[in-house]
Amino acid sequence: MTEIAAFLADLDVRAVAQRGPLTILRAQVTRAQWRAAAPAARARGGRLVALWGTDRRAALGHDVVAAAYGLADGLAWLELPLGADAGENPRYPSLAAVYPCAGRMQRAAFDLSGLAAEPGAGEPIDARPWLRHAAWPAGFHPLRDASDGAARCAAPAEDYAFVAVAGDGVHEIAVGPVHAGIIEPGHFRFSVVGEKVLRLEERLGYVHKGIERRFAGMTLADGARLAARVSGDSTVAYGWAYCMAAEALAGVDPPPRAAALRAFALERERVANHLGDLGALGNDAGFAFGLAQFSRLREDWLRRNAECCGHRLLMDWIVPGGVSADPGAAQLDRLLADLAVLERQVREIEAIYDAHAGLQDRFVGAGAVPAELARRLDLTGMAARASGVGTDLRQTLGPPPYPDLGVRVAAVQGGDVAARVALRFAEVYESLRLLQRLLQELPAGPVRLHLAADRGPPGACAAGWIEGWRGEVLVALETGDDGRIRRAHCHDPSWQNWPALEHAVIGNIVPDFPLINKSFNLSYSGQDL
Amino acid sequence: MPWRTLRQIIRVGIATEPAPPAAPWPADAAAPAHEIAAQLRAVLGRAVAIRAVDAGSCNGCELEMHALTNPYYNIEGLGIRFVASPRHADLLLVTGPVAANMAAALRRTYEAVPAPKRVVAVGGCACDGGVFGESYTSLGRIANVIPVDVEVPGCPPEPSAILRGILQALSR
Repeated sequence: MTEIAAFLADLDVRAVAQRGPLTILRAQVTRAQWRAAAPAARARGGRLVALWGTDRRAALGHDVVAAAYGLADGLAWLELPLGADAGENPRYPSLAAVYPCAGRMQRAAFDLSGLAAEPGAGEPIDARPWLRHAAWPAGFHPLRDASDGAARCAAPAEDYAFVAVAGDGVHEIAVGPVHAGIIEPGHFRFSVVGEKVLRLEERLGYVHKGIERRFAGMTLADGARLAARVSGDSTVAYGWAYCMAAEALAGVDPPPRAAALRAFALERERVANHLGDLGALGNDAGFAFGLAQFSRLREDWLRRNAECCGHRLLMDWIVPGGVSADPGAAQLDRLLADLAVLERQVREIEAIYDAHAGLQDRFVGAGAVPAELARRLDLTGMAARASGVGTDLRQTLGPPPYPDLGVRVAAVQGGDVAARVALRFAEVYESLRLLQRLLQELPAGPVRLHLAADRGPPGACAAGWIEGWRGEVLVALETGDDGRIRRAHCHDPSWQNWPALEHAVIGNIVPDFPLINKSFNLSYSGQDL
Repeated sequence: MPWRTLRQIIRVGIATEPAPPAAPWPADAAAPAHEIAAQLRAVLGRAVAIRAVDAGSCNGCELEMHALTNPYYNIEGLGIRFVASPRHADLLLVTGPVAANMAAALRRTYEAVPAPKRVVAVGGCACDGGVFGESYTSLGRIANVIPVDVEVPGCPPEPSAILRGILQALSR
């Protein structure tokens, strides 16, 4: 029996398999099964990928809280209906005692959908708002309440209760939301003694711009453009995850050439981000040479994207049914020729980084997340792999063409800044190898199938799941009676990793925070939505 | 290993390209970098300090603003640099639709910039709200919240377009 089948058998639930390349099973559960699912998934080494709320009162008369668990061989999407008699804020059992990463997702599900997590006996629960600051009042839930989504509310500013640290010589440093650099906004509250960080508390949600509400009423075709703008640095990953879900709804499979070109785009996005980060990490440790070198390589890479695919960041390259264009033979040759040149240059700079005592002194030991802590905090994606735990969906659960590519996951231990740097170097080389294979073995044929209709079947659900450069990206789609999108939930791996950053900086000095933060490079927009 | 670092620097050489023309100023074809630098000094009497504010973007525009600081564009050579505090800035580069949760921070950042000041709205969302539009939590274009001098469309605009927008704002 497969892991996911065994997991569902543990719970005694029957699930519906989604059409498409991956094993994605959706099942309705009872309250008792919902409670049992978290420890059962944990026992099988599963991850809580995402948690969100859906208002199905108009169609089915109830709200739903959904949880997606990632198991070794598939995704289990469990839905708990919350009865119509549940009142203003329907309650469901909290998952945070088993999966700490659920905490912020549950707070967001309350802010947006009005669903309240109920802690078990004696369990603490953080009931502070997360995405709701002062833009709308406490009783308003934008994804649940009757509202056209455009009406604006006047709400009084509320104080946010940061956790205070007391003691001799303890003081606070408040940073943000506007940071001292070209970076997304968020607030960091450090409690320090001298230069040493005792505690960091993050407050995010500043760039909450109502993406999920915006999806409501869109056609499957229109939604792709919005999904591609959830997080600009992961536009390919979101585009692919969205299209995987939309194609499952529309009942089409992208042609083989399109699938290969999607993987090509995803690997180019990975390389582009790693090049940017490797330069920025050198710079944050005082080695401006690294930034100059890597930002030049990144610029060459982005210009090639523009030349061959029409966009520097590959936005809107992935479309429902395939990809937007077919690069010509001459351009494919040029893309192939670039790979060896880039690898040689990156290896040269890696040798310089490795031999630079001052740089290594800043990297080694900074912001460490040991394997055991990474497991307990549900760390995911690239950061988890740098701690020696975690998986890579491309290796185990990638859509075509990944099963044929034999992705090798880099083995890195330690979980400090040095490990996250080493992992990025290793992943750049692996992506270059994959790109070479993809370009050399590119199947012939069309790059796009046109969807029969821009609407899906009424009242249907499907998800897309892909390993972006930062970690696993999930997009869950649900259509209404008219076949348009009723609910789209986009999940960024930053949800899991932001809380881990709070732990990673404990005991480090304040001046190392920018370096540690950069080594994770988490998304604000992707988690603020 | 400093020799290896030096060897790499020498091998790569100077990557900087000529700056793009700013429309409408400087008037015509690509102005040589030293001319742009001279004109900047004529306008301001010194180099230009820029503060970037993300008011709600998807991070795409930030990536391209970062790219503007790479050696190809060499904006520091033109006398343009990014600074850490709005109090040190002459100009704000603002991205995103204005998320309601960022509106107060954006206003306060604008107020902290000493006059005379310029604001360049960067990206389609900053110009008209883009795909996010206006909603219960999005106030739409930057000009809905603070005065804007120049709007640079594009999703995201390329670095050279952002640079043209900066030069245009300074010429006004």
